[in-house]
Amino acid sequence: MPKQTFSVNGERRSVDVPDEMPVLWVVRDVLGLTGTKFGCGAELCGACTVLVEGEAIRTCVAPISSVSGKDVVTIEGLSPDGSHPLQQAWRDLNVPQCGYCQAGQIMNAAALLARSPSPTDAQIDQAQQDNLCRCGTYPRIRAAIRLAAEVERTAARAKGGP
Amino acid sequence: MHLYPSGDVEIVVARSEMGQGVRTGLSAVVADEMEADWSRVRVVQAPGDPAFGNQDTDGSRSVRNHFQRLREAGTTARRMLEQAAADEWGVPVSECVAREHEVHHGATGQTLAYGDLAEAAGRLPVPEDIDLKSPDEFRYIGRPMAGVDNLDITTGRAGFGIDTRLTGMVYAVVARPPVVGGRVRSYESSSALNVPGVLRVVEIPAAPSPPGFTCLGGVAVVAENTWAAMQGRKALEIDWEYGPNGSHDSASYRVALERAVGVPGRVARSEGDFDAARARAARVHSSEYFVPYLAHAPMEPPACVVSLQEDSCEIWAPVQSPQRAREMAAEIVGLPVEKVTCHVTFLGGAFGRKSKPDFVVEAAYVAREVKAPVQLTWSREDDVRHDFYHAISVQRIEAALDDSGLVTGWLHRTAFPSISATFQAGVVQPTDGELELGCVTVPFDVPNLRCEACEAPSHTRIGWIRSVSNIHHSFAIGCFVDELAALAGRDPKEYLLELIGPPRVIDLWEEESNAYGADKSVYPYDTQRLRRVIEVAAGEAGWGRGLPQGHGLGIAAHYSFVTYVAHVAEVSVADGALRVHRVDCAVDCGLAVNPDRVRAQMEGATVFGLSLALHGEITMRDGRVEQGNFNDYPILRIREVPEIRVHIVESDEPPTGVGEPGVPPVAPAVANAVYAATGDRVRDLPIRLG
Repeated sequence: MPKQTFSVNGERRSVDVPDEMPVLWVVRDVLGLTGTKFGCGAELCGACTVLVEGEAIRTCVAPISSVSGKDVVTIEGLSPDGSHPLQQAWRDLNVPQCGYCQAGQIMNAAALLARSPSPTDAQIDQAQQDNLCRCGTYPRIRAAIRLAAEVERTAARAKGGP
Repeated sequence: MHLYPSGDVEIVVARSEMGQGVRTGLSAVVADEMEADWSRVRVVQAPGDPAFGNQDTDGSRSVRNHFQRLREAGTTARRMLEQAAADEWGVPVSECVAREHEVHHGATGQTLAYGDLAEAAGRLPVPEDIDLKSPDEFRYIGRPMAGVDNLDITTGRAGFGIDTRLTGMVYAVVARPPVVGGRVRSYESSSALNVPGVLRVVEIPAAPSPPGFTCLGGVAVVAENTWAAMQGRKALEIDWEYGPNGSHDSASYRVALERAVGVPGRVARSEGDFDAARARAARVHSSEYFVPYLAHAPMEPPACVVSLQEDSCEIWAPVQSPQRAREMAAEIVGLPVEKVTCHVTFLGGAFGRKSKPDFVVEAAYVAREVKAPVQLTWSREDDVRHDFYHAISVQRIEAALDDSGLVTGWLHRTAFPSISATFQAGVVQPTDGELELGCVTVPFDVPNLRCEACEAPSHTRIGWIRSVSNIHHSFAIGCFVDELAALAGRDPKEYLLELIGPPRVIDLWEEESNAYGADKSVYPYDTQRLRRVIEVAAGEAGWGRGLPQGHGLGIAAHYSFVTYVAHVAEVSVADGALRVHRVDCAVDCGLAVNPDRVRAQMEGATVFGLSLALHGEITMRDGRVEQGNFNDYPILRIREVPEIRVHIVESDEPPTGVGEPGVPPVAPAVANAVYAATGDRVRDLPIRLG
């Protein structure tokens, strides 16, 4: 089998797996990073979302060959200690219920905030539209994304940013 | 609980965490009475073990059943620490007061830390006479407490059933009979075994009839990773025998249920004389309501690990009933139950699905054949097609009305396959227990009332899903009352209150406990409290306010799991599209132990209720489920989520439960709002507009 080489959470990894094996199962079953979840296997629920070159990707359908040579960030690598503003906001507002979908929700929202630091409510709904939560934490997900965006803006202002 | 000389406290929680916040809520009760510093408390998950009593996490009863005894446990610890300090100082214990992880002696100003008292306190006899705190002394109870697992969840460290990783572990998926009652006639595995990474193919014996909570049987593919196992499964060639349910068709079954409610059923409750009231009535109104099969679809599909050694077995599983999982696995692997350990992982959603350990049984079968720890995972299609479904139902309600449109007689016939039929042969109609979930417990003050259970043999696995039979009973009753209000030309909320009648306690039970196993002297079914949540929801929602064109408000209320909930929904219908804009939810759950989690559960239950009101439908044809994933079994998405306002009624009554009771009123409130907006009646779920 060809060797696939890519970076996960800043670390270079090589795996011997078929080209078409989804990133999800490589990350979970080969690399043992279980924070990225399996929910549907058909890019319908977003539980498996990670960042590839900063973009939110559904790993349950993305073949491993598609991330060859690229930077992959999973929930384990979003911040060293859970201090990303989204992770903090998620805790401040007690977003999680069962918690299963939340890694995917947070990673998806991280991509949103990276491209739209001040998302409107409509943009939040649009971005998170394909991230499902059976517990129904959606109202708090909305609020936490707004809060994280606000915290980031305040921090940027304090540093003399825009 | 454990108190260590370091001062660290461990509280063992013997209930499963599936998002209801049980690890936080139960621990906070102990810590509060113990006067423990919350930052020193660590929550430890209990394995499945009868030493903890019944560990089944269901029925919205973890807080209700344990609040008092956990308070007593915490207080007992506090008293022993005070006694240990009193002994150390040689002063009467009455002069010693525990506060925030220390014991204080007022007269001398001395303090001793809990950790320093741990060993001495541990040697003391357990005191019999203890004084619980008064509510104004509560530190954590009644305060919004953050979830103890939030950090692990937001960093991806929380371990769910699908996340256990052991050295040398193999991964399995199972091809199951597409029809309940079916079995493998023969299979060909050579293609599957040729798939790279596939290690073994293992046949699993078919389930008995009725299937119970064991697995359905089929063929397991074992591989080096989950994906390879899934590829291998695709390559299996299986000749299935479908069995007697191979012709089950949910559309024609609906017709059979409609026939069933057209004739008298088994009388489950009767007061006065409905037939006489009907004969005297100025008017008779009747309607029929339909709710389809529903699937749980927790975000984490069933998944677990079983590791079998020579004379022991370890299980890691997201189960609501770890003792049942342990016992059933023990039987399969042929070990005494004491040799089997069932570790309870986080449950990635459950809603009743994970009370049934069929997936653990499958993993046990595979582990028996494969000399390695086995991770067994269900795909989403497996989950949607092999669930323990919420029962499909048809109900018919008929009301005898007087000149003013008030109800003098009420006849409710309900037909749906029973949960009991899943594990007991010969059950062909709903049981009394299921009728007590919202049918015979109808809160109306009607002199002539009859409830009947009608014939509905089961053709699949029926299970309990968040609030169980209350879902369809609340839908039918909530919608029917709205119809009666309209016939009478009355405001739906005022009419509903009038039908409930003057405040009183409803007692349908000869024994000491009511339908939910709650002591009825502690948890009486009090219509005053139902009236109150209706008033609160209506008041907060601005019932009667002016609305934009095409908008409507609907109201419904329901008592379940000894909790009272009312919902008001505001919807609009434009160009045939239904949109829910806002939902107000009022809940009376007695003392709200963790008000933030009560709020979260009502938000979540509202979303769950909207999913089933707007989308949820499982259909079966040739005995097979026709849906498979979130594309054809949709659940609510964020864009559809209305503003949800939760109003907790202040109460000093004992705490009830909040996991389930927020679901039942949602669908009828939305259906009634659709009528208010359009004049069109909704009698089927999911709601589909003409």
